Formats: sequence, structure tokens, C-alpha cells
Amino acid sequence: MIAIIDYGMGNLRSVQKGFEKIGFEATVTTDPQMVLQAERIVLPGVGAFRDCIRNLEQGGFVEPILKVIADGRPFLGICLGLQLLFSESEEFGLHKGLGVVPGRVVRFPAGMSGQGGKLPVPHMGWNQIALKSSSPLFDGIVDASNVYFVHSYYVKPEDPAVVAATCTYGIEFCAAIRKGNLMATQFHPEKSQGIGLRMLKNFAEMKG
Amino acid sequence: MLTRRIIPCLDVTGGRVVKGVQFLELRDAGDPVEIAEAYDRQGADELTFLDITASSDGRDTMVDVVRRTAERVFMPLTVGGGIRVVEDIRRMLNAGADKVSINTAAVHRPEFVSEAALRFGSQCTVVAIDARQVPGEQRWEVYTHGGRKPTGIDVVEWAARMESYGAGEILLTSMDRDGTKDGYDLALTRAVVDAVSVPVIASGGVGTLEHLYDGFTVAGASACLAASIFHFRQHTVGEAKQYLQGRGVPVRMV
Repeated sequence: MIAIIDYGMGNLRSVQKGFEKIGFEATVTTDPQMVLQAERIVLPGVGAFRDCIRNLEQGGFVEPILKVIADGRPFLGICLGLQLLFSESEEFGLHKGLGVVPGRVVRFPAGMSGQGGKLPVPHMGWNQIALKSSSPLFDGIVDASNVYFVHSYYVKPEDPAVVAATCTYGIEFCAAIRKGNLMATQFHPEKSQGIGLRMLKNFAEMKG
Repeated sequence: MLTRRIIPCLDVTGGRVVKGVQFLELRDAGDPVEIAEAYDRQGADELTFLDITASSDGRDTMVDVVRRTAERVFMPLTVGGGIRVVEDIRRMLNAGADKVSINTAAVHRPEFVSEAALRFGSQCTVVAIDARQVPGEQRWEVYTHGGRKPTGIDVVEWAARMESYGAGEILLTSMDRDGTKDGYDLALTRAVVDAVSVPVIASGGVGTLEHLYDGFTVAGASACLAASIFHFRQHTVGEAKQYLQGRGVPVRMV
């Protein structure tokens, strides 16, 4: 069973329907026990980092998440679900994250330019990912595939070996990480049409 | 490289997609979910639903349209029209929308935009501005209530103010051009693009593929919204992208 963690942040329905579309059942849950019992866990999320961490704590999800990741169960973080895995974030002051991946979440620099003009923030829309290391998530995905991003902050892992893909928007930033069975993307597979659904399928089928 | 977005816009009333001229003379264009699926196949980058009745009955219908669309189409969905309180946003997001656009309610109470951005994030908080040129001047005024009520507010100042309240994107519609097929109001769009640092979506007036090109290049829009040229099959989204790519605009080909 795939558990999608519901901690009151954002559009979870699309993630669930994405799995259903490719033939996998996924359960949206507010129950930390379900996370401990699930074969695979998805941590989605949009919104502000501070609120997300607070909601995870209040929902009793922090310990279960740390446990299933430590046990090596397939785990997929999406967007803020990637950022929350890091040590800390600079969004609205400095806030501690789950600390599973050493590193910091920082904002795109102000006043970036490129592509014949200034670059608006949020980075919003379809951009290409450069695959950096093998990840089960990217089976059958070609380099420079277009995926959907919407974010103003990005992750800076201390260990470059965890970077599975990068993307360029003014600067080159980490678009996906992989550490064993822990995978997370800054972009939204559930909003990236066929390519994104293929990634969800890869996650649902990868060996635990 | 970030690609420029093409966003078909579906004006919805009574569960049907319609299209009018300058917000009047509505023509039926079909079932919203079927149309959304067709645009998905054509390679649209996002979809926008605008509830143009925005009554409470209409909103329930809209939630249902969003829910059914999100089961079949896996790309970003924006919903606007009648979004007045935080609960309206929550319902739309839970139904499967990724962004909501706030128009009249932002003018009535600008703090609503900050509340939305703090609660759900700037990335899902779009402020929609209906603009009309002040006759004889290089200045535009904000209108509300589907373009019927003038507010006396300057569009460029308003866009900058909405960004400071947490808007993550501006959907800018020229009321003068809407449905005319004369092309976007490029001077208006450029003025807003230059005044804010969030993405701006150009809207109102597309009649040819060249108009899309002008929206991206002359006006500097991050995304171009269009309805009639796609609904009435003058062009597919794929044709539009091929044309833009041929002229050097970065677009996502599928």
C-alpha cells in the first residue's frame, strides 16, 4: 500500500489520482500509524516551510517519517516534501527541518536575469532536468525532459552525491535527490503529464 | 531553460464552457472536462477555469468540474471566479486545483491575498486583474465584478501592491481587447511585467498565433492565456507551439 501523508497542506488529490491512473492504489491518510504500516510513503506539500513542519509535528508524523526512512522503505518527497527533509530552511526566518539530508533550503537570489529579460520568482512552469546519477525514479526518463516546477526556494545539499537531477533557472539548482530508497523532487510529477506519471509508476514498482 | 506557457482558458457557467465578446454575447463551446482532456492531448502547459457566474450554485458546479478534470488530466489547474474567503480556496485545492485566482475580493479586502498566501503559499495565489485603458491616456484602471465596475485604481500600482501582499502570479486581462481578436494590449502587459517580479499571464484579445508571439516577446509575458482561437478550433495548442518554436520562443513540445 502507498500512503500519502495528509498534514493539511495543498493538493493531495492529484497525487492520489496520479497513482490510480497508472493502476496503483494510494491512500491519503492523517494517521501516523498508517505511515508505519505502508509499503511506500509519499510526502507531498505546498505552502510555507514553517507551517508544514509545525503541521507534521502536530499530526505526530515526525517520528514515523524518520523511522520509515531509516528502515529504507521507498519514500518520495514532492516539492515542499523535498525541502522538509533538509536540516533547515531560510523561508520566513530560519526553521529546522527533519534533518534527514544535511543542507539548507534557500531562496532564489533577487534580480536574476536571463532568457532575454529578468527572471520572475516563483520559478513557475515547465523546465528541463539534467539527470546526474541513477535513480529508480528516472527509469525510462530521458535527459532534458520537461517537468513542472513552482517554487521560490530550492535545496542545497551538503553532499553532492545525493543530487539525482539538476535544473537551471538563473543558477543551476538541485531538482531531485536520491539516498538509497529515499527520493524527492522539487518539481511535481503529479502535474508533469505522462513523464510525471512514469515517475510515479517507477516509484510504485521499485524494489523496497 | 524555463519554457513559456500556453494556457487555454475555459469560461464556465452552468457546467458548460462558453465564450463571449468583451464579457458579453456568450457562445456555447462544450463540456469542460472533455475540452480539458483535448487540451491535455494537444500539449497545453496549464489550464485555467473561470467561473463566470460565480453564484453559490455555480461554485458547487465548479468544484465538481475541477474534481472530474483532476481525475483525468495531470497538469496544473487554476480556478477563478467568486473566490471570496479562505474556505473557497481550500475547497478548490481539495478538489484538485493547484492555484486559485482572486479578483474582486482582492479589491474589497487586499488582506485576503496575504491570508491566502500565508495559508496556502504564494505559488497557489494568483491575483487576476481586469484592466481597461483610460481613454486617451497610457494608463489603465482596475475593474471588478467581471469587468462591470470601475474602481479608480491604477493597474500598474495595483499589480505591484498585490505582489507585496503575496501574490505569486498576476493574470492580467485587457477588457478592451477581450474577445476582439485584435491581440493582447502589449503596452499594458509590458507595463505590468516591468513593475513586478512575479510571473505575468497575458490575457484578452488573441486572434492569431502572431499575437501569442508578441505577448511573449514584445510584452515579456511568462504565459499567454487564450480561449477562442483554441475553443473554436482555429488552431491547436500544438500548432501554436510549433509556430512559436519556429520563431525562437522556448516552448515545451510534446
